[in-house]
Amino acid sequence: MKGLDAKPVHWLRLATTAAAALMVVTACGSTTTAGVTTQQPPTANMKPQTTIGTGEGALNLIAWEGYVDPSWKDQFQKDTGCTVNAKYAGSSDEMVTLMAGGGGGQWDMVSASGDADLRLIYGGDVKPMNPDLVPDFKNFQTYFQTPPYNTINGTHYGISLQWGPNTLLYNKAKFTTAPTSWSVLYDPQYKGLVTVPNNPIQIADAALYLSKKDPSLKITDPYELTQKQFDATVALLKQQRPLVKKYWDLASDEISLFENGDAMVGAAWPYQTNTLQADGKVQVADTIPSEGATGWGDTWMLATKAPHPNCAYLWTKYVSTAHVQAQQAISFGETPVNTKACAEMESLQAGSCAQYHADAPGSYFQTIKFWKTPIATCPDGSQSCIPYAQWVTAWTSITA
Amino acid sequence: MTVETLGRPRRKSGGAFPFQSLLWRVPWLRPALLLVPPLAWFVLIYLAALVLLLITAFWTIDTFTTKIIQVWNLDNFRIILTDPAYRLIIGRTVILAALVTITDAVIAFPFAYYMARVATRRVQTILFAAVLLPLWASYLARVYAWILILNHSGVLNWSLQSIGLPPANIGYTNVAMWVVFSYIWLPFMIIPCYAALERVPDSLLEAAADLGARRWRTVRDVVLPLALPGVAAGSIFTFSLTLGDYITPILVGGAGSSFIGNVVYTNVGIANNVPFAAALATIPVAIMAVYLLAARRLGAFEAL
Repeated sequence: MKGLDAKPVHWLRLATTAAAALMVVTACGSTTTAGVTTQQPPTANMKPQTTIGTGEGALNLIAWEGYVDPSWKDQFQKDTGCTVNAKYAGSSDEMVTLMAGGGGGQWDMVSASGDADLRLIYGGDVKPMNPDLVPDFKNFQTYFQTPPYNTINGTHYGISLQWGPNTLLYNKAKFTTAPTSWSVLYDPQYKGLVTVPNNPIQIADAALYLSKKDPSLKITDPYELTQKQFDATVALLKQQRPLVKKYWDLASDEISLFENGDAMVGAAWPYQTNTLQADGKVQVADTIPSEGATGWGDTWMLATKAPHPNCAYLWTKYVSTAHVQAQQAISFGETPVNTKACAEMESLQAGSCAQYHADAPGSYFQTIKFWKTPIATCPDGSQSCIPYAQWVTAWTSITA
Repeated sequence: MTVETLGRPRRKSGGAFPFQSLLWRVPWLRPALLLVPPLAWFVLIYLAALVLLLITAFWTIDTFTTKIIQVWNLDNFRIILTDPAYRLIIGRTVILAALVTITDAVIAFPFAYYMARVATRRVQTILFAAVLLPLWASYLARVYAWILILNHSGVLNWSLQSIGLPPANIGYTNVAMWVVFSYIWLPFMIIPCYAALERVPDSLLEAAADLGARRWRTVRDVVLPLALPGVAAGSIFTFSLTLGDYITPILVGGAGSSFIGNVVYTNVGIANNVPFAAALATIPVAIMAVYLLAARRLGAFEAL
């Protein structure tokens, strides 16, 4: 995602298999459509509420593990009387499925990542939100006020929460110096000691590595792969399979793999690093290798049939405040979107603001390729890129 | 209740009376009313779910929004039958289910024989409790216990190393799955074997002895054929339970341990490709249908 802070940038090229749709969204949120038909999300015309009423007493969330931590949930429950029920999802796809399945009004919100957002928006599972009801919204980093994965034609289908990189986690007893390349995950030397997420989007990590290792493939965006690029990436992952001890499903799986000595190196989130370092059973560290990293940008999105919309807005308001943003950032090991959170982070844990790049300049974004849904439309407008459904199929045969 | 009163229903006594006279006039109504609830349950809840599953298998999804598109096609089945990855997964599932069944039969038969024919009443009771005790604990707790035993720094490797043997790194492998499945489903094999062995009449054993058969000859020619339906019944449990499981592969399996159930789960829970999952789910149904026919030939249903 080069040129993230350039002025008007072609942020997003989105299409369904039925109608090719191309839209251009600019950094400051104003939008223009570029000639081609623009597909409107099914809920685009639903007017978001303009005031927050009294809480309904309950709030049902689908969240990433660690996103509804008692250290900030309890205070919210006390303040608002909204009892929070959270279901942890293991992957973005699971979130999409839960939302589509519970579309009958079971869930209120989902902390979806960029690779799920567009599917939720175009599936009609989430509806527009009103950022005016979230006072801290104006303190968000400009990019995260209207990121292309949750804002379409200036309509906000959710409020950004946190973001972060997918890191390379390693055992310091095995690696006395920090690995500088993702190549360690593909190195036969570490056979049986590697663990990677059991998630089709992991194909993008391999594509990112290949984009640097094999420039002749001309991979520019790891989420927009032609058949040739895709085949090369899948071949690399099939070579990797004998090296993999286990494809982990939940963050806690990876933590126990490292603690038991079954895995020495793997792809991880900063959350695992923080938990493992806090447990102290094994010495681990993480790094962003020279090839860069994939990353996620998470958004609290409001279900179309949310039964507790007021509690949902109260929650969004609450988690956007600098203090809670800082708490969550340090607890999970990710970066707040609220620029005011930096000072709060420093007061909670000195040095954490810089550690998690909460003060990072725009150039830092260039090393992070944010998760997005792979679609058939290539950057050149042709339909020759590999859509997500094929990523899932390929992933099944890689991990079979 | 006499015929006379039924013949002149008292209108003011509420709805029950005319209803009873109706039951009397239409003789088949009473059994029909009794049968309707269980039949409705069976047809609507049980069969309808299977039929829906089968129908869904012939549909497809929009790859972007993952909404189901109701267009009839055979693509899902074509992919399952042609893609080597699915053949591998189906093959692994069936072979492991068979291995677990054989392992359990080999362990359970002598155990059940001892329980049914050798042990005293007191020992029998103790053994029964020992067999059933693990079933009191949660399935998950027992699988997690095995992770603690089999993982790299687990009890197994620790024990091996303390007696000077090299570690057996079977944690997160198919071997681990075989061990854990065999452990978990063992009671389901022991109980039917025990039931079948207990039913073998003593008179037949005495007759065999009178005719000069030695102990092993008696076991082979008298006990085993009579107990075989019990083993077959037990194998229905161990085979079908392994065939349909997906939790053990997630927890103790490694890379390359996916079962049919895992791919079904992935397609429903992750890819939201319900039609494909449905198509895949028909495979174990078909395998079990064949298996049950074979088991019936061995007399498994009389032993249940």
